[in-house]
Amino acid sequence: MSSDLASYLAKRITQLFLVIFIAVSVNFIIPRLLPGDPVATALARLQTSGSGQTMDIQAVSDAYRARYGLDQPLWNQYLNYWADLFRLDLGVSFANFPEKVTVMIANALPWSVGLLATATLLSFFIGSFLGGRLAWPGAGRGIRALVPGLMVLSAIPFYLLAIIMVYIFAVELRWLPPAGGVETTRIMRLDWATAQDILRHAVLPCLSIAIGNIGFWALGMRSQMVSVLGEDYITFAEAKGLSPGRVFFWYGIRNAFLPQITALALNLGAVVSGAVLVEVIFNYPGLGSLLYVAIRGQDYFVIQGVVLVLIVTLAVMLFIVDLIYPLLDPRIRR
Amino acid sequence: MTIALKTRLPGGLGSRLGGTLIAGLSILGVIAFFSIIGPFFVDEVLAQVGSVRPRQPPGGDFPLGSDAQGRDMLALMVHATPNTLKMGLIAGVIGGGLGSILGLIAGQFGGWIDAVISVISDSLMTVPAIAILVVIAGNIEEMSTSVMAVVVASLSWMFTTRTVRAQVLSIRERGYIEVARVNGEGPLEILFREVMPNVMPYIVASFVGTSSAAILAIIGLEALGLGAQNEMTLGNTIYWAQQSSAVLRGFWWWWAPPIVVIAMIFVGLFLTSVGFDRFANPRLGRRA
Repeated sequence: MSSDLASYLAKRITQLFLVIFIAVSVNFIIPRLLPGDPVATALARLQTSGSGQTMDIQAVSDAYRARYGLDQPLWNQYLNYWADLFRLDLGVSFANFPEKVTVMIANALPWSVGLLATATLLSFFIGSFLGGRLAWPGAGRGIRALVPGLMVLSAIPFYLLAIIMVYIFAVELRWLPPAGGVETTRIMRLDWATAQDILRHAVLPCLSIAIGNIGFWALGMRSQMVSVLGEDYITFAEAKGLSPGRVFFWYGIRNAFLPQITALALNLGAVVSGAVLVEVIFNYPGLGSLLYVAIRGQDYFVIQGVVLVLIVTLAVMLFIVDLIYPLLDPRIRR
Repeated sequence: MTIALKTRLPGGLGSRLGGTLIAGLSILGVIAFFSIIGPFFVDEVLAQVGSVRPRQPPGGDFPLGSDAQGRDMLALMVHATPNTLKMGLIAGVIGGGLGSILGLIAGQFGGWIDAVISVISDSLMTVPAIAILVVIAGNIEEMSTSVMAVVVASLSWMFTTRTVRAQVLSIRERGYIEVARVNGEGPLEILFREVMPNVMPYIVASFVGTSSAAILAIIGLEALGLGAQNEMTLGNTIYWAQQSSAVLRGFWWWWAPPIVVIAMIFVGLFLTSVGFDRFANPRLGRRA
């Protein structure tokens, strides 16, 4: 292992821990900057909003006070908070007392991951291909008309595209369901009907995220491809008489593709932010909707838990992408 | 080489130099014009709950219809757009300013200051902004449009810092900086008199990007119901429409106007920033 690689790894690991540290500390500190203790404040707000009438406020409040040692010094509370996190204890929901936040998140996570992974990969590959094609001489008229349109579309927040999609495909044409992850009457089993149901509900949210992103990847790929086309090895490959398709894929795309992966890593945060709202629009049973319901019901520990999971998962994923990257690009391995 | 020279961005998207910039600025200009002029002609009272008959489709007395809570949509749009733009501008100025200062400091002084600023900005860039903003905004008791702008600005400086820092690093190596140093100018003098004027185009360009990202985040927070609930903004309108299932109930005139205005703002900002990039960075324009 060269020293370059070692310092690269050290930098990335520092960054990973810093992100996690910031996320945890923000989650801990901000509610405590307010006067009064966070649980009392949250419960009081819950009461004024009227959604907490069904539960015994005093019992919940006492349980929390004992549990989190809210009368102890701030420093102790902070250490306790970390200790709980290491035990994967994110507290208990106010609104669905005494359901554990961890359980709620575990139920929502597969929906979000499935939706986001599919949509991101779809838009990433389609967008990169289209962008590469666009930079290639003699791109068809279809691509020349389509891609700039998609680039402009990518400037519009994609949860707004989601609203338009619901209106066209679910309300007017009635082709696809307007909301939810499955039919409300569906009993989840491992069979074809369930899978079909899930897919039908995933099409619109997935398309909204993908369409809003294709243009972004096309834009990046196009400029990468333009600079790759100026390289000598492209001229050489052409002079050798290789077929245009072979030059495009094996000499063009392959080289222009690598910086796109870095861009993917940098952009995932924005995609996740937008996807949270797409889930809200579609009432999709993932983390985004969980967060939305928690915000509306002032369900304090659920908000904290979802936020933490979003940030930490993403940080870990980016870390993995950055670890794989030197394997993909021998130029930075050395 | 010949291949690269033949390629050009097709269609109206900037085959002529500056076309994109002009298109973007015109869209923004039209929106700004109506935001400034509009409020003088349309009564704000009409945009308040219960001031007109609810659920009226466009036409007649209501050019854009009215929503389920009895707001005149036209009046609402006329008064909401300036508020949203104002928040974007404030957040853009604060975020862009903070980002530029940090970028200048990191680039000029290097060393551990640079290391700290870079690590923090690189780390924050990868965090989904909405996650942290949700925690901050959710804990503010009295939300207003200005507080919202400041909250969002606190997480929108990183991109500017990165760009400005990279530029300062490259400018620092130029000959005229060496000359200034030999002439006895101090580090701060060099920073403000030699480096900053040359970084200016990048600062202006990233201001456009920062404002755009800030408006995106603000509308997102508002759509989640974390905005200044008592003020008229585009994001709040989306939130109310979503709350009342306007899409499923077929009130298209409730959700379509804010989407159209928001889309225009973003397309305008996007074209401006693409156009400005090419303007500030002619090498990019020639290559494309």
